[in-house]
Amino acid sequence: MAKINYITSDNQNHTVEVQSGLTVMEGAVQNDIPGIDADCGGGMACATCHVYVKEDWLNKLPTKEDGEEDMLDMAFEPKKNSRLSCQLIVSDELDGLTVNIPLKQA
Amino acid sequence: MIKTDALIIGAGPTGLFTAHQLKLIGLNCEIVDNLDKIGGQCIELYPDKPIYDIPAIPECTGEELTNNLINQLKPFDIKFHLSERVEEVKKESENWIVKTNNGTTFSTPNVIIAGGVGSFEPRKFPVKECEKFENKSIFYSVKNKKIFEGKTITIFGGGDSALDWAVELSKNSKVNLVHRREDFRGAQATVDKVHELTKEGKIQLFTKYQMTSIKGDAQLESIDIKNDDKEIKNIKTDFILGFFGLIMQLGPIANWGLNIDKKTIEVDTEKFETNQKGIYAVGDICNYPGKLKLILSGFHEGALAARACFKLARPNEKYRFEFTTSSKTIKDRLGVKSD
Repeated sequence: MAKINYITSDNQNHTVEVQSGLTVMEGAVQNDIPGIDADCGGGMACATCHVYVKEDWLNKLPTKEDGEEDMLDMAFEPKKNSRLSCQLIVSDELDGLTVNIPLKQA
Repeated sequence: MIKTDALIIGAGPTGLFTAHQLKLIGLNCEIVDNLDKIGGQCIELYPDKPIYDIPAIPECTGEELTNNLINQLKPFDIKFHLSERVEEVKKESENWIVKTNNGTTFSTPNVIIAGGVGSFEPRKFPVKECEKFENKSIFYSVKNKKIFEGKTITIFGGGDSALDWAVELSKNSKVNLVHRREDFRGAQATVDKVHELTKEGKIQLFTKYQMTSIKGDAQLESIDIKNDDKEIKNIKTDFILGFFGLIMQLGPIANWGLNIDKKTIEVDTEKFETNQKGIYAVGDICNYPGKLKLILSGFHEGALAARACFKLARPNEKYRFEFTTSSKTIKDRLGVKSD
């Protein structure tokens, strides 16, 4: 279990408890946090669950798999701290993680 | 006007298997898909990725699954309308009149939407001003490469489309290639070729850059690109090509008067019918309590929707449930010998 803080593009904070084992994407979708489309359902096949990870968390997250950076090429306004939230699996270690949701996904 | 018992929108696995079910029970059908090939997401998004949860198939790729489904349809004559998008649906007495963007018109009592997460559209530049130049000097695909001859083209993207066009257009044009990072995901041979052409001065390469603004009134003049260190460069260019892959849009389906929730269509679980009689939704695009976005669920949903189609297509006949193992009628339809 971890508290994940989602900040939507209108600067609203949504802090929710997400069960360990779920992804950061699922945490947003199941709690009706707007701005994460997740069209492909978590298959790393669409880049519509794109988030910006707060800088101080960047190095604490598991590194990207090969396909993730490729998909991020197609995300809306990717930055250095871009991740696909479907690839971030929640564990106790992620307690307090803050992610910003981009203005749009597509 | 094409008359058919059922029109399927979407040639992904669910649409293909639904067609099979319709043909087995003696109905004819045609299939429309916005993509230029059969297979839907399986072919467009993950042709090489293995799938492990198709019943009785321990492992197969998206492409293999598609090919198997196409093979399964071989006994039947099914007309596919590829590279066509369904635009308009309206009711005329008992039938739905469906029109595509190419002007093809269908008349059918049954429309089955097997549209996945909608139709695939090119992903566009985030810079808003790009819209006014779209299809004039900004393109997301190349239809006629002649217009680029002798001009300056700035290509964005790091996949095969971006690289292939950079190589091709550098023969007769001045080419700038801009990508957000140093690694390219295109085929290695093409990546090598791009680096070679860059050394020869035929391609100007800008990595770790993204577009920030666009300049020009009636005519595109130049663009600003910015790198990770916030350094801005201005590039003069006549044309811009963007290759950022595809996104999925619900498209015109959103305006058909169906109950839609978060890009999915609400259906019942008996017929997979929407709030409009004779319009069904199956596969990833449909939504009901407990819905699982699995290919196997799409197969089940298609099988039930097909039975519901029978009632509207053959109002004076009674549908009889039959097994493929024992039914002579079905075996005749499949063109296989009965015992």
